Amino acid sequence: MDFLRPADWREALAAKAAHPDAVPLAGGTDLMVELNFDLRRPARLLDLSRVGELADVDTAGEGDTVVLGARVPYRDIVERLRSPLPALALAAHTVGSPQIRARGSVGGNLGTASPAGDAHPALLAAGARVEAASVRGSRLIPIDDFFTGPKRNVLADDELIRAVHVDAARGPQQFAKVGTRNAMVIAVCAFSLALHPHTRTVRTGIGSAAPTPVRARAAEEFLDGVLDEGGHWDHGRPVPPSAAARFAQLAASACAPIDDVRGSADYRRHAVAVLARRTLHWTWSAYPAPQGAASCA
Amino acid sequence: MRLNLTVNGHPRTADDIWPGESLLYVLRERLGLPGSKNACEQGECGSCTVRLDGDLVCSCLVAAGQAEGAEVTTVEGLAPEGEDGAPRLSALQRAFLDAGAVQCGFCTPGLLMAADELLAREPRPADADIREALSGNLCRCTGYEKIIDAVRLASARTADGAAVGQGVTPDAPAPEGR
Ligand SMILES: Cc1cc2nc3c(=O)[nH]c(=O)nc-3n(C[C@H](O)[C@H](O)[C@H](O)COP(=O)(O)OP(=O)(O)OC[C@H]3O[C@@H](n4cnc5c(N)ncnc54)[C@H](O)[C@@H]3O)c2cc1C
Ligand code: FES
Ligand code: FES
Repeated sequence: MDFLRPADWREALAAKAAHPDAVPLAGGTDLMVELNFDLRRPARLLDLSRVGELADVDTAGEGDTVVLGARVPYRDIVERLRSPLPALALAAHTVGSPQIRARGSVGGNLGTASPAGDAHPALLAAGARVEAASVRGSRLIPIDDFFTGPKRNVLADDELIRAVHVDAARGPQQFAKVGTRNAMVIAVCAFSLALHPHTRTVRTGIGSAAPTPVRARAAEEFLDGVLDEGGHWDHGRPVPPSAAARFAQLAASACAPIDDVRGSADYRRHAVAVLARRTLHWTWSAYPAPQGAASCA
Repeated sequence: MRLNLTVNGHPRTADDIWPGESLLYVLRERLGLPGSKNACEQGECGSCTVRLDGDLVCSCLVAAGQAEGAEVTTVEGLAPEGEDGAPRLSALQRAFLDAGAVQCGFCTPGLLMAADELLAREPRPADADIREALSGNLCRCTGYEKIIDAVRLASARTADGAAVGQGVTPDAPAPEGR
Protein backbone atom coordinates (compact mmCIF):
# COMPACT_ATOMS: atom_id res chain seq x y z
CA MET A 1 0.00 0.00 0.00
CA ASP A 2 1.19 3.48 -0.87
CA PHE A 3 1.00 6.14 1.78
CA LEU A 4 0.90 9.60 0.22
CA ARG A 5 1.69 12.52 2.49
CA PRO A 6 1.18 15.78 0.59
CA ALA A 7 2.73 18.77 2.34
CA ASP A 8 0.15 21.28 1.19
CA TRP A 9 -3.17 21.67 -0.60
CA ARG A 10 -1.72 21.97 -4.10
CA GLU A 11 0.20 18.74 -3.63
CA ALA A 12 -2.88 17.04 -2.20
CA LEU A 13 -4.99 17.95 -5.24
CA ALA A 14 -2.21 16.85 -7.60
CA ALA A 15 -1.90 13.52 -5.79
CA LYS A 16 -5.67 12.97 -5.93
CA ALA A 17 -5.69 13.79 -9.65
CA ALA A 18 -2.79 11.41 -10.32
CA HIS A 19 -4.34 8.67 -8.16
CA PRO A 20 -8.12 8.97 -8.13
CA ASP A 21 -8.26 5.66 -6.24
CA ALA A 22 -6.30 7.11 -3.29
CA VAL A 23 -8.49 7.17 -0.19
CA PRO A 24 -8.22 10.41 1.81
CA LEU A 25 -7.31 9.98 5.47
CA ALA A 26 -8.09 12.77 7.95
CA GLY A 27 -8.69 11.94 11.64
CA GLY A 28 -9.00 8.25 10.81
CA THR A 29 -11.92 7.70 13.21
CA ASP A 30 -13.98 6.09 10.44
CA LEU A 31 -11.33 4.87 8.06
CA MET A 32 -8.96 3.26 10.57
CA VAL A 33 -11.77 1.12 11.94
CA GLU A 34 -12.25 -0.26 8.44
CA LEU A 35 -8.53 -0.89 8.01
CA ASN A 36 -8.18 -2.51 11.43
CA PHE A 37 -11.01 -4.91 10.66
CA ASP A 38 -9.84 -5.61 7.13
CA LEU A 39 -13.06 -4.27 5.71
CA ARG A 40 -11.07 -2.20 3.30
CA ARG A 41 -7.60 -2.51 1.75
CA PRO A 42 -7.12 0.55 -0.42
CA ALA A 43 -4.09 0.50 -2.69
CA ARG A 44 -3.29 4.05 -1.58
CA LEU A 45 -3.98 6.28 1.36
CA LEU A 46 -3.80 10.04 0.98
CA ASP A 47 -2.94 11.41 4.41
CA LEU A 48 -4.19 14.96 4.87
CA SER A 49 -2.54 15.55 8.28
CA ARG A 50 0.14 17.84 6.93
CA VAL A 51 -2.17 19.96 4.78
CA GLY A 52 -2.41 23.12 6.84
CA GLU A 53 -5.08 24.67 4.59
CA LEU A 54 -7.55 22.07 5.87
CA ALA A 55 -6.98 22.98 9.50
CA ASP A 56 -7.86 26.68 9.14
CA VAL A 57 -10.97 28.33 10.50
CA ASP A 58 -11.69 31.62 8.77
CA THR A 59 -14.30 33.66 10.58
CA ALA A 60 -13.48 36.93 8.88
CA GLY A 61 -14.97 35.88 5.57
CA GLU A 62 -17.45 37.86 3.53
CA GLY A 63 -20.92 38.30 4.97
CA ASP A 64 -20.03 36.69 8.28
CA THR A 65 -19.50 33.28 6.78
CA VAL A 66 -17.37 30.84 8.73
CA VAL A 67 -15.09 28.85 6.45
CA LEU A 68 -14.35 25.71 8.43
CA GLY A 69 -11.39 23.67 7.18
CA ALA A 70 -12.29 20.05 6.41
CA ARG A 71 -9.97 18.56 9.00
CA VAL A 72 -10.66 20.90 11.96
CA PRO A 73 -11.42 18.50 14.82
CA TYR A 74 -14.76 18.51 16.63
CA ARG A 75 -13.00 19.57 19.83
CA ASP A 76 -12.05 22.91 18.27
CA ILE A 77 -15.57 23.45 16.95
CA VAL A 78 -16.94 22.91 20.46
CA GLU A 79 -14.36 25.20 22.03
CA ARG A 80 -14.17 27.98 19.46
CA LEU A 81 -17.28 28.10 17.30
CA ARG A 82 -20.15 27.86 19.76
CA SER A 83 -21.36 31.34 19.09
CA PRO A 84 -21.20 31.58 15.28
CA LEU A 85 -22.17 27.92 14.70
CA PRO A 86 -24.36 26.89 17.66
CA ALA A 87 -26.06 23.84 16.10
CA LEU A 88 -22.83 22.45 14.72
CA ALA A 89 -21.04 22.99 18.04
CA LEU A 90 -23.84 21.18 19.89
CA ALA A 91 -23.69 18.32 17.40
CA ALA A 92 -19.89 18.19 17.64
CA HIS A 93 -20.14 17.91 21.40
CA THR A 94 -22.22 14.73 21.09
CA VAL A 95 -19.70 12.96 18.85
CA GLY A 96 -18.00 9.93 20.41
CA SER A 97 -15.67 10.82 23.25
CA PRO A 98 -12.86 13.32 23.93
CA GLN A 99 -10.45 11.04 22.05
CA ILE A 100 -12.73 10.86 19.02
CA ARG A 101 -13.43 14.61 19.11
CA ALA A 102 -9.70 15.35 19.19
CA ARG A 103 -9.32 13.80 15.71
CA GLY A 104 -12.67 13.38 14.01
CA SER A 105 -13.61 16.12 11.57
CA VAL A 106 -16.56 17.48 9.62
CA GLY A 107 -14.70 16.74 6.36
CA GLY A 108 -14.47 13.10 7.44
CA ASN A 109 -18.13 13.05 8.49
CA LEU A 110 -19.07 14.34 5.02
CA GLY A 111 -16.65 11.93 3.35
CA THR A 112 -18.30 8.99 5.10
CA ALA A 113 -21.74 10.52 4.41
CA SER A 114 -23.44 8.20 6.87
CA PRO A 115 -27.11 9.02 7.45
CA ALA A 116 -26.15 8.98 11.14
CA GLY A 117 -23.36 11.57 10.85
CA ASP A 118 -24.07 14.17 13.52
CA ALA A 119 -22.70 17.18 11.66
CA HIS A 120 -25.19 16.70 8.84
CA PRO A 121 -28.46 17.77 10.48
CA ALA A 122 -26.73 20.88 11.84
CA LEU A 123 -25.26 21.73 8.43
CA LEU A 124 -28.65 21.21 6.77
CA ALA A 125 -30.38 23.49 9.28
CA ALA A 126 -27.73 26.18 8.92
CA GLY A 127 -27.78 25.97 5.11
CA ALA A 128 -24.06 25.18 4.71
CA ARG A 129 -22.10 24.83 1.46
CA VAL A 130 -19.39 22.23 0.93
CA GLU A 131 -16.30 23.52 -0.87
CA ALA A 132 -14.95 20.71 -3.04
CA ALA A 133 -11.86 21.12 -5.17
CA SER A 134 -9.72 19.32 -7.71
CA VAL A 135 -6.95 20.35 -10.09
CA ARG A 136 -9.85 21.30 -12.39
CA GLY A 137 -11.04 24.00 -10.01
CA SER A 138 -13.34 24.31 -7.04
CA ARG A 139 -17.09 24.44 -6.48
CA LEU A 140 -19.49 25.19 -3.64
CA ILE A 141 -22.06 22.44 -3.21
CA PRO A 142 -25.22 23.32 -1.29
CA ILE A 143 -25.49 20.81 1.57
CA ASP A 144 -28.98 19.87 0.33
CA ASP A 145 -27.38 18.43 -2.84
CA PHE A 146 -24.37 16.76 -1.19
CA PHE A 147 -25.76 13.40 -0.07
CA THR A 148 -26.81 11.01 -2.83
CA GLY A 149 -27.50 7.80 -0.91
CA PRO A 150 -26.45 5.86 2.16
CA LYS A 151 -22.72 6.55 2.53
CA ARG A 152 -22.62 8.22 -0.86
CA ASN A 153 -21.97 11.80 -1.83
CA VAL A 154 -21.52 13.89 -4.97
CA LEU A 155 -17.71 14.14 -4.84
CA ALA A 156 -15.93 13.20 -8.06
CA ASP A 157 -12.97 10.79 -7.93
CA ASP A 158 -10.43 13.56 -8.21
CA GLU A 159 -12.10 15.88 -5.70
CA LEU A 160 -11.34 16.61 -2.07
CA ILE A 161 -13.33 18.60 0.45
CA ARG A 162 -11.46 21.79 1.32
CA ALA A 163 -13.88 23.40 3.74
CA VAL A 164 -17.46 23.89 4.78
CA HIS A 165 -18.95 27.38 4.48
CA VAL A 166 -21.53 28.16 7.13
CA ASP A 167 -23.19 31.52 7.70
CA ALA A 168 -22.72 32.74 11.24
CA ALA A 169 -25.99 32.23 13.09
CA ARG A 170 -28.32 35.22 13.17
CA GLY A 171 -30.85 33.45 15.35
CA PRO A 172 -31.06 30.59 17.83
CA GLN A 173 -30.13 27.08 16.67
CA GLN A 174 -30.50 23.69 18.31
CA PHE A 175 -29.38 20.11 17.83
CA ALA A 176 -30.70 17.10 19.72
CA LYS A 177 -29.91 13.44 19.41
CA VAL A 178 -31.47 10.26 20.79
CA GLY A 179 -29.18 7.44 21.89
CA THR A 180 -28.85 4.86 24.59
CA ARG A 181 -26.46 6.87 26.73
CA ASN A 182 -24.69 10.21 26.81
CA ALA A 183 -21.30 9.31 25.39
CA MET A 184 -20.18 7.22 22.48
CA VAL A 185 -23.42 6.56 20.70
CA ILE A 186 -24.40 6.51 17.10
CA ALA A 187 -27.64 8.46 16.91
CA VAL A 188 -30.88 6.51 16.87
CA CYS A 189 -32.11 9.72 15.35
CA ALA A 190 -31.13 13.38 15.48
CA PHE A 191 -32.83 16.68 14.74
CA SER A 192 -31.56 20.19 14.22
CA LEU A 193 -33.50 23.43 13.90
CA ALA A 194 -32.22 26.88 13.00
CA LEU A 195 -34.21 30.12 13.09
CA HIS A 196 -33.20 32.59 10.40
CA PRO A 197 -34.85 35.84 11.52
CA HIS A 198 -33.30 37.95 8.71
CA THR A 199 -35.22 35.93 6.11
CA ARG A 200 -38.05 35.02 8.49
CA THR A 201 -37.56 31.34 7.74
CA VAL A 202 -36.60 28.21 9.62
CA ARG A 203 -34.51 25.27 8.43
CA THR A 204 -34.30 21.75 9.75
CA GLY A 205 -32.09 18.69 9.45
CA ILE A 206 -32.86 15.10 10.38
CA GLY A 207 -30.27 12.37 10.96
CA SER A 208 -30.55 8.57 11.06
CA ALA A 209 -34.12 8.51 9.88
CA ALA A 210 -33.78 8.15 6.10
CA PRO A 211 -31.21 6.78 3.62
CA THR A 212 -29.51 10.18 3.71
CA PRO A 213 -29.67 13.12 6.10
CA VAL A 214 -32.77 15.11 5.08
CA ARG A 215 -34.60 18.36 5.68
CA ALA A 216 -38.20 18.35 6.82
CA ARG A 217 -39.34 20.75 4.11
CA ALA A 218 -43.08 20.49 4.66
CA ALA A 219 -42.55 21.12 8.36
CA GLU A 220 -40.39 24.16 7.59
CA GLU A 221 -42.98 25.62 5.19
CA PHE A 222 -45.76 25.05 7.66
CA LEU A 223 -43.85 26.75 10.47
CA ASP A 224 -42.76 29.63 8.23
CA GLY A 225 -46.45 30.25 7.48
CA VAL A 226 -47.55 30.07 11.11
CA LEU A 227 -44.76 32.40 12.28
CA ASP A 228 -45.49 34.88 9.54
CA GLU A 229 -49.28 34.96 9.81
CA GLY A 230 -49.21 35.10 13.60
CA GLY A 231 -46.70 37.97 13.63
CA HIS A 232 -44.40 35.86 15.80
CA TRP A 233 -41.16 37.23 14.37
CA ASP A 234 -42.30 40.67 15.63
CA HIS A 235 -43.91 39.97 18.97
CA GLY A 236 -41.79 36.91 19.82
CA ARG A 237 -44.54 34.91 21.46
CA PRO A 238 -44.37 31.13 21.00
CA VAL A 239 -46.56 29.40 18.43
CA PRO A 240 -49.78 27.79 19.71
CA PRO A 241 -49.37 24.20 20.98
CA SER A 242 -51.51 22.90 18.11
CA ALA A 243 -49.08 24.42 15.60
CA ALA A 244 -46.06 22.99 17.44
CA ALA A 245 -47.72 19.57 17.36
CA ARG A 246 -48.40 19.87 13.64
CA PHE A 247 -44.77 20.91 13.03
CA ALA A 248 -43.61 17.83 14.95
CA GLN A 249 -45.94 15.59 12.98
CA LEU A 250 -44.74 16.98 9.65
CA ALA A 251 -41.12 16.49 10.76
CA ALA A 252 -41.88 12.84 11.51
CA SER A 253 -43.45 12.36 8.10
CA ALA A 254 -40.26 13.63 6.43
CA CYS A 255 -38.55 10.46 7.71
CA ALA A 256 -38.18 7.20 5.83
CA PRO A 257 -36.62 5.22 8.63
CA ILE A 258 -35.71 1.56 8.88
CA ASP A 259 -35.87 -0.97 11.70
CA ASP A 260 -32.41 -1.82 12.94
CA VAL A 261 -30.60 -2.83 16.11
CA ARG A 262 -30.63 0.75 17.34
CA GLY A 263 -34.35 1.33 16.99
CA SER A 264 -37.51 0.55 15.08
CA ALA A 265 -38.83 2.75 12.30
CA ASP A 266 -41.87 3.61 14.42
CA TYR A 267 -39.73 4.61 17.36
CA ARG A 268 -37.57 6.81 15.11
CA ARG A 269 -40.62 8.61 13.72
CA HIS A 270 -41.93 9.16 17.22
CA ALA A 271 -38.56 10.36 18.53
CA VAL A 272 -38.07 12.78 15.63
CA ALA A 273 -41.46 14.32 16.42
CA VAL A 274 -40.46 14.73 20.07
CA LEU A 275 -37.11 16.29 19.15
CA ALA A 276 -38.78 18.62 16.66
CA ARG A 277 -41.20 19.90 19.28
CA ARG A 278 -38.42 20.31 21.88
CA THR A 279 -35.99 22.08 19.59
CA LEU A 280 -38.80 24.42 18.51
CA HIS A 281 -39.48 25.24 22.14
CA TRP A 282 -35.78 25.75 22.94
CA THR A 283 -34.98 27.91 19.93
CA TRP A 284 -38.10 30.01 20.25
CA SER A 285 -37.51 30.61 23.98
CA ALA A 286 -34.11 32.02 23.02
CA TYR A 287 -35.47 34.21 20.22
CA PRO A 288 -35.29 37.91 21.08
CA ALA A 289 -38.19 39.67 19.39
CA PRO A 290 -36.98 42.80 17.55
CA GLN A 291 -39.58 45.12 19.12
CA GLY A 292 -38.58 44.02 22.58
CA ALA A 293 -42.07 42.57 22.98
CA ALA A 294 -42.50 40.12 25.83
CA SER A 295 -41.62 36.67 24.63
CA CYS A 296 -42.67 35.02 27.85
CA ALA A 297 -46.36 34.84 27.18
CA MET B 1 8.42 1.92 5.22
CA ARG B 2 10.55 3.40 7.97
CA LEU B 3 8.90 5.41 10.71
CA ASN B 4 10.63 8.01 12.87
CA LEU B 5 8.92 9.42 15.90
CA THR B 6 9.59 10.54 19.45
CA VAL B 7 8.12 8.37 22.17
CA ASN B 8 8.22 9.53 25.78
CA GLY B 9 10.98 11.95 24.91
CA HIS B 10 13.20 9.43 23.11
CA PRO B 11 13.70 9.37 19.33
CA ARG B 12 12.59 5.97 18.00
CA THR B 13 12.67 4.27 14.63
CA ALA B 14 10.62 1.37 13.37
CA ASP B 15 11.44 -0.42 10.12
CA ASP B 16 9.34 -2.39 7.67
CA ILE B 17 6.12 -1.01 8.95
CA TRP B 18 2.96 -1.19 6.89
CA PRO B 19 1.75 2.43 6.78
CA GLY B 20 -1.87 1.42 7.38
CA GLU B 21 -1.12 -0.38 10.62
CA SER B 22 -2.09 1.48 13.74
CA LEU B 23 0.12 3.52 16.01
CA LEU B 24 -1.04 1.13 18.74
CA TYR B 25 0.45 -1.79 16.84
CA VAL B 26 3.70 0.12 16.33
CA LEU B 27 3.96 0.91 20.03
CA ARG B 28 3.18 -2.58 21.24
CA GLU B 29 4.65 -4.85 18.60
CA ARG B 30 7.44 -2.82 17.06
CA LEU B 31 8.71 -0.67 19.91
CA GLY B 32 8.15 -3.00 22.85
CA LEU B 33 5.84 -0.65 24.73
CA PRO B 34 2.90 -2.82 25.79
CA GLY B 35 1.47 -0.30 28.28
CA SER B 36 -1.14 0.90 25.79
CA LYS B 37 -3.71 -1.86 25.59
CA ASN B 38 -5.54 -3.31 22.64
CA ALA B 39 -9.12 -4.27 23.30
CA CYS B 40 -11.42 -3.12 20.53
CA GLU B 41 -9.38 -1.50 17.75
CA GLN B 42 -12.36 0.69 16.96
CA GLY B 43 -12.10 3.68 19.26
CA GLU B 44 -14.76 2.47 21.66
CA CYS B 45 -12.83 1.46 24.77
CA GLY B 46 -10.03 4.01 25.20
CA SER B 47 -7.56 1.45 26.55
CA CYS B 48 -5.08 2.43 23.80
CA THR B 49 -5.21 6.15 24.69
CA VAL B 50 -1.98 8.13 24.20
CA ARG B 51 -1.00 11.73 23.58
CA LEU B 52 -0.12 12.53 19.98
CA ASP B 53 1.52 15.94 19.70
CA GLY B 54 -0.33 16.79 22.90
CA ASP B 55 -3.76 15.59 21.76
CA LEU B 56 -5.52 12.80 23.61
CA VAL B 57 -6.20 10.14 20.98
CA CYS B 58 -6.98 6.47 20.52
CA SER B 59 -3.73 5.10 19.13
CA CYS B 60 -5.68 2.32 17.40
CA LEU B 61 -7.21 4.95 15.11
CA VAL B 62 -3.97 6.68 14.12
CA ALA B 63 -2.27 5.25 11.05
CA ALA B 64 1.42 4.58 11.62
CA GLY B 65 2.28 6.80 8.68
CA GLN B 66 0.43 9.70 10.31
CA ALA B 67 2.73 9.50 13.33
CA GLU B 68 5.85 10.24 11.29
CA GLY B 69 7.76 12.97 13.12
CA ALA B 70 5.21 13.10 15.93
CA GLU B 71 5.73 13.31 19.68
CA VAL B 72 3.93 10.49 21.43
CA THR B 73 3.45 10.02 25.15
CA THR B 74 2.30 6.66 26.42
CA VAL B 75 1.47 5.49 29.92
CA GLU B 76 5.10 4.40 30.24
CA GLY B 77 5.98 8.10 30.01
CA LEU B 78 3.87 9.07 33.01
CA ALA B 79 6.31 7.55 35.48
CA PRO B 80 9.70 9.08 34.79
CA GLU B 81 12.84 7.47 36.07
CA GLY B 82 14.05 8.55 39.47
CA GLU B 83 17.72 9.03 40.39
CA ASP B 84 18.09 5.31 40.95
CA GLY B 85 16.84 4.61 37.44
CA ALA B 86 13.61 3.06 38.68
CA PRO B 87 10.33 4.61 37.56
CA ARG B 88 8.57 6.79 40.08
CA LEU B 89 4.81 6.80 40.01
CA SER B 90 3.12 10.09 39.29
CA ALA B 91 0.70 11.56 41.82
CA LEU B 92 -2.14 10.37 39.63
CA GLN B 93 -0.85 6.81 39.44
CA ARG B 94 -0.35 6.78 43.20
CA ALA B 95 -3.92 8.03 43.67
CA PHE B 96 -5.26 5.21 41.47
CA LEU B 97 -3.55 2.68 43.74
CA ASP B 98 -4.58 4.42 46.95
CA ALA B 99 -8.21 4.80 45.89
CA GLY B 100 -8.55 1.19 44.77
CA ALA B 101 -9.21 2.27 41.19
CA VAL B 102 -7.29 -0.65 39.72
CA GLN B 103 -8.79 -4.12 39.59
CA CYS B 104 -7.74 -6.21 36.59
CA GLY B 105 -5.85 -3.13 35.38
CA PHE B 106 -6.56 -3.51 31.68
CA CYS B 107 -8.30 -0.15 31.40
CA THR B 108 -5.87 1.63 33.71
CA PRO B 109 -3.31 2.92 31.18
CA GLY B 110 -6.00 4.56 29.07
CA LEU B 111 -7.75 6.05 32.09
CA LEU B 112 -4.46 7.39 33.42
CA MET B 113 -3.74 9.10 30.12
CA ALA B 114 -7.22 10.64 29.98
CA ALA B 115 -7.16 11.75 33.62
CA ASP B 116 -3.64 13.14 33.27
CA GLU B 117 -4.76 15.26 30.33
CA LEU B 118 -7.75 16.51 32.32
CA LEU B 119 -5.69 17.50 35.37
CA ALA B 120 -3.10 19.25 33.21
CA ARG B 121 -5.91 21.31 31.67
CA GLU B 122 -8.07 21.67 34.77
CA PRO B 123 -6.26 21.04 38.06
CA ARG B 124 -9.50 21.25 40.06
CA PRO B 125 -12.11 19.52 37.94
CA ALA B 126 -15.74 19.29 39.00
CA ASP B 127 -17.25 15.80 39.03
CA ALA B 128 -19.01 16.53 35.77
CA ASP B 129 -15.66 17.44 34.18
CA ILE B 130 -14.17 14.17 35.39
CA ARG B 131 -17.05 12.13 34.02
CA GLU B 132 -16.87 13.87 30.68
CA ALA B 133 -13.09 13.52 30.46
CA LEU B 134 -13.31 9.79 31.14
CA SER B 135 -16.32 9.15 28.92
CA GLY B 136 -14.19 7.58 26.19
CA ASN B 137 -12.73 4.92 28.50
CA LEU B 138 -14.48 1.71 29.44
CA CYS B 139 -13.82 -0.26 32.60
CA ARG B 140 -15.47 -3.62 33.09
CA CYS B 141 -14.42 -4.10 36.72
CA THR B 142 -14.64 -1.10 38.99
CA GLY B 143 -17.97 0.51 38.25
CA TYR B 144 -16.03 3.78 37.79
CA GLU B 145 -16.71 5.25 41.24
CA LYS B 146 -13.24 4.41 42.56
CA ILE B 147 -11.71 5.77 39.40
CA ILE B 148 -13.51 9.06 39.88
CA ASP B 149 -12.39 8.99 43.54
CA ALA B 150 -8.82 8.56 42.35
CA VAL B 151 -8.98 11.58 40.08
CA ARG B 152 -10.49 13.68 42.88
CA LEU B 153 -7.73 12.46 45.19
CA ALA B 154 -4.97 13.28 42.72
CA SER B 155 -6.50 16.69 42.19
CA ALA B 156 -6.70 17.38 45.92
CA ARG B 157 -3.12 16.29 46.44
CA THR B 158 -1.62 18.26 43.61
CA ALA B 159 -3.78 21.24 42.70
CA ASP B 160 -2.13 23.46 45.27
CA GLY B 161 1.37 23.14 44.03
CA ALA B 162 3.01 20.36 42.16
CA ALA B 163 2.03 19.75 38.58
CA VAL B 164 0.38 16.48 37.69
CA GLY B 165 1.88 14.42 34.94
CA GLN B 166 5.38 15.34 36.01
CA GLY B 167 6.00 12.28 38.11
CA VAL B 168 5.78 14.18 41.36
CA THR B 169 5.32 11.92 44.35
CA PRO B 170 2.74 13.43 46.67
CA ASP B 171 3.42 13.81 50.35
CA ALA B 172 0.15 15.50 51.26
CA PRO B 173 -2.22 13.17 53.09
CA ALA B 174 -5.46 12.03 51.53
CA PRO B 175 -8.36 14.36 52.24
CA GLU B 176 -10.63 13.39 55.09
CA GLY B 177 -13.03 10.58 54.51
CA ARG B 178 -10.93 8.86 51.87
C1 LIG C 1 -15.80 5.36 18.91
C2 LIG C 1 -16.38 6.18 17.81
C3 LIG C 1 -17.46 6.99 18.07
C4 LIG C 1 -18.02 7.76 17.05
N1 LIG C 1 -19.10 8.54 17.35
C5 LIG C 1 -19.65 9.30 16.38
C6 LIG C 1 -20.77 10.12 16.67
O1 LIG C 1 -21.24 10.19 17.81
N2 LIG C 1 -21.29 10.87 15.66
C7 LIG C 1 -20.76 10.84 14.40
O2 LIG C 1 -21.27 11.54 13.52
N3 LIG C 1 -19.71 10.07 14.09
C8 LIG C 1 -19.13 9.29 15.06
N4 LIG C 1 -18.08 8.50 14.75
C9 LIG C 1 -17.60 8.44 13.38
C10 LIG C 1 -16.46 9.42 13.03
O3 LIG C 1 -15.79 9.86 14.19
C11 LIG C 1 -16.97 10.65 12.27
O4 LIG C 1 -17.63 10.26 11.09
C12 LIG C 1 -15.85 11.64 11.93
O5 LIG C 1 -16.44 12.83 11.51
C13 LIG C 1 -14.89 11.14 10.86
O6 LIG C 1 -13.90 12.13 10.67
P1 LIG C 1 -12.35 11.73 10.45
O7 LIG C 1 -11.62 13.00 10.24
O8 LIG C 1 -11.88 10.86 11.51
O9 LIG C 1 -12.49 10.93 9.06
P2 LIG C 1 -11.62 9.75 8.42
O10 LIG C 1 -11.88 8.47 9.10
O11 LIG C 1 -10.20 10.18 8.24
O12 LIG C 1 -12.31 9.72 6.98
C14 LIG C 1 -13.66 9.38 6.83
C15 LIG C 1 -14.03 9.34 5.36
O13 LIG C 1 -14.00 10.65 4.80
C16 LIG C 1 -13.07 10.71 3.73
N5 LIG C 1 -12.43 12.03 3.85
C17 LIG C 1 -11.81 12.54 4.94
N6 LIG C 1 -11.40 13.80 4.69
C18 LIG C 1 -11.76 14.10 3.42
C19 LIG C 1 -11.61 15.25 2.59
N7 LIG C 1 -11.00 16.37 3.02
N8 LIG C 1 -12.11 15.20 1.32
C20 LIG C 1 -12.74 14.08 0.87
N9 LIG C 1 -12.91 12.97 1.62
C21 LIG C 1 -12.43 12.97 2.88
C22 LIG C 1 -12.15 9.53 3.92
O14 LIG C 1 -11.60 9.08 2.71
C23 LIG C 1 -13.08 8.51 4.53
O15 LIG C 1 -13.83 7.87 3.52
C24 LIG C 1 -17.48 7.73 15.75
C25 LIG C 1 -16.36 6.93 15.49
C26 LIG C 1 -15.80 6.17 16.51
C27 LIG C 1 -14.60 5.34 16.22
S1 FES D 1 -8.27 -0.37 21.41
FE1 FES D 1 -8.32 1.68 20.79
S2 FES D 1 -10.14 2.39 21.66
FE2 FES D 1 -10.23 0.25 22.10
S1 FES E 1 -9.96 -2.54 36.19
FE1 FES E 1 -10.55 -4.16 34.90
S2 FES E 1 -11.31 -3.11 33.16
FE2 FES E 1 -10.99 -1.53 34.57
